[in-house]
Amino acid sequence: MPLVKAGRVVEDRFVRVLDDAPVPEGTAVILPATRLIADARELAQRGGPTGVIWPNDRRIAELAPYLDWLALVALVFPAFKDGRAYSQARILRERYEFRGELRATGQILRDQFLFLQRAGFDAFEVSKEADAAKFVETIHRYSVFYQPTGDGRPSALRARASRAPAPPLVPGRPEVVR
Amino acid sequence: MYVYDEFDRTLLAERVREFRDQVGRRLAGELTEEEFKLLRLMNGVYLQLHAYMLRIAIPYGTLSSNQLRTLAHVARKYDRDYGHFTTRQNIQFNWIKLEQLPDAMADLARAGLHGMQTSGNCTRNVTTDQWAGVAPGEIEDPRVWAELLRQHVTLHPEFSFLPRKFKIALTASAHDRAAVRIHDIGLRMHKNGAGETGFEVMVGGGLGRTPFIAKTIKPFLPKRDLLSYVEAIMRTYNQYGRRDNIYKARIKILVHELGAEKFGREVEEEWQSIKDGALALDPAVVADIGSRFRYPDYEVLADNPPELAKARAEDRQFRAWLDNSVANHKVAGYAIVTLSLKPEGGPPGDATAPQMDAIADLADRYSFGEIRVGHEQNLALPHVAQRDLPELWRALSAIGVATPNVNLISDIIACPGLDYCSLANARSIPVAEEITRRFRDLDLARSLGPLHINISGCINACGHHHVGHIGILGVEKNGEEYYQVTLGGRADEAAELGAILGPAVPHGEIADVVEDIAAAYLELRERPDELFISTVKRVGIEPFKERVYAAR
Repeated sequence: MPLVKAGRVVEDRFVRVLDDAPVPEGTAVILPATRLIADARELAQRGGPTGVIWPNDRRIAELAPYLDWLALVALVFPAFKDGRAYSQARILRERYEFRGELRATGQILRDQFLFLQRAGFDAFEVSKEADAAKFVETIHRYSVFYQPTGDGRPSALRARASRAPAPPLVPGRPEVVR
Repeated sequence: MYVYDEFDRTLLAERVREFRDQVGRRLAGELTEEEFKLLRLMNGVYLQLHAYMLRIAIPYGTLSSNQLRTLAHVARKYDRDYGHFTTRQNIQFNWIKLEQLPDAMADLARAGLHGMQTSGNCTRNVTTDQWAGVAPGEIEDPRVWAELLRQHVTLHPEFSFLPRKFKIALTASAHDRAAVRIHDIGLRMHKNGAGETGFEVMVGGGLGRTPFIAKTIKPFLPKRDLLSYVEAIMRTYNQYGRRDNIYKARIKILVHELGAEKFGREVEEEWQSIKDGALALDPAVVADIGSRFRYPDYEVLADNPPELAKARAEDRQFRAWLDNSVANHKVAGYAIVTLSLKPEGGPPGDATAPQMDAIADLADRYSFGEIRVGHEQNLALPHVAQRDLPELWRALSAIGVATPNVNLISDIIACPGLDYCSLANARSIPVAEEITRRFRDLDLARSLGPLHINISGCINACGHHHVGHIGILGVEKNGEEYYQVTLGGRADEAAELGAILGPAVPHGEIADVVEDIAAAYLELRERPDELFISTVKRVGIEPFKERVYAAR
């Protein structure tokens, strides 16, 4: 499954470690949430980046105490249509100001890329090679955003406030799409 | 009218390009039907019994004449010459081909119309009172707030994959014409003790197989907080709404299972942490949206001009229509005219392409180019000078949209039912058509007073049968179409769910049952002006049940 970061397919330096397996020293690892919480004291001291894969049915507030030493949080989309992790991502970025890697994993198609990025994800485990190749093109599908999120793109409401007044339009007349 | 600016137009054009790419990938086999389904649904494309159906949003029920002509054009070019207005200020085309959908959407986008989020598990078209901005006594025009909400929820990155669909409705009048209490979020504008305007926030209303009337979780929300509070509700729902069972996934179930008070506390906690952030509404931003609602340059006119008084005195048919279909306007000398899309023997809410073109022309001539769409599946011309009413009536009669049955027993709300819909158990349209024939005598219909019949072809309740004064639900029994009747429901400010009258009856008897109920009401009412709904409230279901089932 290709991993996309900064618009490119890159090699994944993180290794997934299961619940009971030993955690290799010096290696970047992703651990299950239960393991993270059980072994937090030792994990915080280990050498090498530590990440967690956090289920989408567990309160994201429980993760807050560990965020300052976590290098990565992976959030899960068990199905394309299960959007819980979008809220988790925004809370991590906008409320807890998590600045590490925020990775989307699970069923990820190109039609979600922009939503994911706007919610704060910066790494994407993409289901299809063809979608990974279209990443940059796809996130530029839109140039107008109606609502503010933590991604820094100005919302249309703000953008309007800072532009020169548009010429009045006449209702009922055909309007041209640019 | 809300006038789109370059931001709105750019976004629509980008949406059409994206959808064209998605259809192309589906046709090329790069997307499975399951993957494509989620994408097409978010553009209002359903797969029905016979063909793809395209649902177009009419935000807050306001259309320009040019937009209505564009809908006529789509009906003519891509469909079978008609469209169907729904209970949520949408229009549906039933026979569109997948390959032609991107072109149809591009034609619609040129007039500022789209099918974005008219289906799928996202926020649907934000609806309001079809008389918004013209109703006497209204607190203020709720469409400004509906438009702010529309923009906020359109392509919202966090809320495009909710547990289930999500519907918001607003009203700013004492009489609720927007059925806000049967929505996921209902908003009622009102003034608090200090004279400030804000919103009563209700959540968890909805019909379907588990109907609920919405509960108030915030009696007064200041205007500046509208977007942040809605965001807090949706964030709570997105995280904790059930996803294990499609029938338990609406917010009403979450509110019910947690209890409105606990749900309200969750929302409050979330809201406290975001209310002073980027979503707090600056009055200048609200004013900017408000400034793009254009209001007519009304003439200074007097009420009841001589032309009107004369026609009223001389023509009985005109008088019947005037008394039934014309309502007071907030500006002197003007009126709000409802166009009945419920002709005798016709499917409720349908309009043909020639009718749409003609209505657009009449709107240009008599209503400052503006048309409204209401959840009762009728249209309205919102700014008609009273002196023009006789002329307008003749023109509306000529195209079959002046049946004086607005709010009467033959003004039926109905879903498409088994004639179109793959979910339905029974037909709705033929039942509606038969009832309109039984009550074709307008003197009889008028003697019954305001009486709303709502028909749904299945438990999903798209025809809102639970809140009909008489509700009719299609069910299937041993392969036959049966209909269950409820009485006493209402969707307005005193919203209530109807009670079941008794065992379901076969298709051949349902119109008889409605006649029996009407006859029972005439016997049971205390005075001629006791409304049907008041009689049901006073005497309960039993006397009706006795009469209906005595001979069955």
